[in-house]
Amino acid sequence: MTRVVGTRLRRPEGPDKVTGRAMYVADDVPVGCWWGKAIRSPVAHGELLGFELDPAFDFSQVVLVRAADIPGVNVVDLIVDDQPILASDAIEHWGQPLLLVAAADQATLDAAVRAIDVRVRESEPLLDMEAAEVVFKEIVIDKGDVDAALASAPHVLRRTYHTDSQEQMYIEPQGAIAWPEAADGTVLVRGSLQCPYYVQRALARALDIEPARARVVQAATGGGFGGKEEYPSVVACHAALLARAAGQPVAVIYDRHEDLAVTPKRHPARVRHATGYDDDGRLLAMDVDVLLDGGAFTTLSPVVLSRAAIHAAGAYRCDAVRIRGRVVKTNHVPYGAFRGFGAPQVCFAVERQMDAIARERDLHPATLRKRNALRLGDTTATSGRLEESVGSEEVLAKILERTGFEDHPWCQPRPAAGRKRRGAGFSFFFHGAGFTGAGEVHLKAKVDVRLAADGRCEVHSASTEFGQGTVTMFTAIAAEALETGPDDVLVVEPDTGAVPDSGPTVASRTCMVVGGCLARACRELRARIDAHGGQGAEGSFRERARAFLAAGGDGRVEVTYASPPGLVWDDERYEGDAYPAYGWAADYVEVEVDLDTFEVSMERFVSAVDVGKAIQPQLVEGQIEGGSLQALGFAHIEVVGTKDGRFLQDRMATCIIPTTLDAPPMEVLLVEEPFSHGPYGAKGVGELPMDGGAPAVASAIEDALGISIDRVPATPERLAAAWLAAHPEEAL
Amino acid sequence: MTIDNSMQISFELNGSMRRARVEPHERLIDLLRDVLGETGTKEGCGEGECGACTVLVEGRAVNSCLFPAPEVEGLRVVTIEGLCGEGLQLSPVQAAFLEGGATQCGFCTPGMVVSTVALLGENPAPSASDIRNALTGNLCRCTGYVQIVEAIQSAAAKLSAGGEA
Ligand code: FES
Ligand code: FES
Repeated sequence: MTRVVGTRLRRPEGPDKVTGRAMYVADDVPVGCWWGKAIRSPVAHGELLGFELDPAFDFSQVVLVRAADIPGVNVVDLIVDDQPILASDAIEHWGQPLLLVAAADQATLDAAVRAIDVRVRESEPLLDMEAAEVVFKEIVIDKGDVDAALASAPHVLRRTYHTDSQEQMYIEPQGAIAWPEAADGTVLVRGSLQCPYYVQRALARALDIEPARARVVQAATGGGFGGKEEYPSVVACHAALLARAAGQPVAVIYDRHEDLAVTPKRHPARVRHATGYDDDGRLLAMDVDVLLDGGAFTTLSPVVLSRAAIHAAGAYRCDAVRIRGRVVKTNHVPYGAFRGFGAPQVCFAVERQMDAIARERDLHPATLRKRNALRLGDTTATSGRLEESVGSEEVLAKILERTGFEDHPWCQPRPAAGRKRRGAGFSFFFHGAGFTGAGEVHLKAKVDVRLAADGRCEVHSASTEFGQGTVTMFTAIAAEALETGPDDVLVVEPDTGAVPDSGPTVASRTCMVVGGCLARACRELRARIDAHGGQGAEGSFRERARAFLAAGGDGRVEVTYASPPGLVWDDERYEGDAYPAYGWAADYVEVEVDLDTFEVSMERFVSAVDVGKAIQPQLVEGQIEGGSLQALGFAHIEVVGTKDGRFLQDRMATCIIPTTLDAPPMEVLLVEEPFSHGPYGAKGVGELPMDGGAPAVASAIEDALGISIDRVPATPERLAAAWLAAHPEEAL
Repeated sequence: MTIDNSMQISFELNGSMRRARVEPHERLIDLLRDVLGETGTKEGCGEGECGACTVLVEGRAVNSCLFPAPEVEGLRVVTIEGLCGEGLQLSPVQAAFLEGGATQCGFCTPGMVVSTVALLGENPAPSASDIRNALTGNLCRCTGYVQIVEAIQSAAAKLSAGGEA
């Protein structure tokens, strides 16, 4: 029995949030702070020739930073050194930063920006990913003999699916404030960010200083969803270079328009399936080809592709699988991290393919899922065996029981009922928790806990809070492991000057990986205190902790992540246990489609999710509801298009996300199949709910209209075109 | 030569009279945040789409990013900072948001809470659909709105049992 895990704690930082006292980066601008901005490329491809400075403007009041002024390396540190902080000659995408400007106030800054003209020589941009030649990363997964299995399969279905980009739309735009080098040689940056140590490494290389001299502090962060994983390094480098030039703190805070126009979004994808199956719809062969548009620079694309490839065959058992994934270079604004990280794209494709097979075989989609779902003991596409914590059957059973979907005559002819058509749809999916393959082994995440003088336990980690509930979840885990109450735990603010590198706050890894380290550290600390005072000794936790410290006890425990034993991963062959554990889920959606406007309204949403253990059920439900609504938005209303390499939806008025009226009532059914190496059985939950919504909505629209939906977002324009193609008699 | 068009205004902010010199086109949000230091009101878009900047003017919820600062002359303005009770005690709506999981990243929260106070002022017992209609101008990307709607219903229930929003 747990005492704190599984209960409902108040968010420790919640009172500040509901009263407006929480300090986001723009709320805490130091006195004398200057304002900075990047001058950006007006073309998607070309060459930078120079800048023309209007002589009517007095440039002595501002500072300028050019590529040549960068003291360190002119790259944004990430995976591959191909993205310059400032372009020096070649221009690879619209909006690429070319020159930095800062001034003592906004008005002067705006005037300076207007007084600078960029001279470029434009060349033809490459904007079609199918025509791209530069491949950032290719991954091939091979299991069994796919060609033979396809050749001998009684039925083969070949289809192609597309997903467009999607904007994270955290409500707080990107921003950072940098201070010039202090007397002790330290450069401080405070910002809205997910990964303080990524920013630290980027600053160290740009400024040519020791990493320890770049101190990065996370301000309260108004949402991230992956969008504040890699891009804050760009903002921070710009702010720090300007602060160095100005000798003053400099704030670089994006307005919504700039944020939408230049920050990375979800990779557009094209996924091709060739699937062999028998009369009963059992999968015999899966041949999948995944193509992602990476945009102009590598950024995190190789890792996004990795997750896309590993999840491309879905949560299904099949002995012959080939997955070929590529992410290519175009002259689009670089695409990057967004909750789900490649999985939502491939999940859409494989789930639609399963529905298509169901239609071909005249099977109910739920029957087809149950027949093919991965179960305990099966092997995944990468040939890893599922040894424990597989909630697939239970999520399917729960959602089907709750919704009665099996009795719904999916895509069967029904009497047409007026201009509003209703439909129901379904999806089944999984999501690997933690970094892929050997990622966690290389990362060696660290957490440390320390008894403060007052006997409270401080938790030091680089895991950030940006809404998902890191602080609350860590408080619960630490209190549970220390066998005390939440008031005896203090999760300290992520500050690279004070916390160890726990790795980035991404990939649904914070609870399972970092939380696991935290539980170990706290258990060890508790054992030390018990050994000193004797188990069951008198007094509160704090009193005993103080006595332990007074007697010279070592109140600090650091733990480094150790992978569960027996995990094997071959990175060359992309074979083995891709993740220590998977979350499993099924989504159910009911829609109504208006045949005059082709608007789709979401009437009901149910999700059954196996999270291993819900450390804080209210937070877990909040993650599932929020993530699912993002997925529903991705399915039909969130449009991100481009023209000539520019995002068309670069204002909040056009880049729409679901409002209260677009959101359906939602129901979450939690399943807990504990994972023995996760804290109290917990696996990740952050990204999973992003994967299944889009195919479930497409399935429901297909049910309502009888037309197949192979691309999201299924906008009214696209639905109208598909409907009229199927019903030419309705065309005027 | 630049002409000084600025004007002196005075208005009531969270219960106390404030005076300020403002430009004709100055936005209320800038007056509140940059001049008066009340940073609880957030800017998510600056164009009237997100509602993070919502404040009450004479009890009505307005987007302070679109509202001209000079127009608050002589009026009563309430921001998120003005909702707490004595000794920073949480108001019933704030408490309901906290207890109900209605705040995640928190950036939409001040605007949501302020819009809720305006709603409950007009309609003390809103249905779920009244709430959804009233909050359609307040975007939240984190929660999916479920726990927000529930929190508001629970706040309304508490308030109808006695208390002030
Ligand atoms: S900042 Fe005013 S509506 Fe978004
Ligand atoms: S809590 Fe993050 S936007 Fe609402």
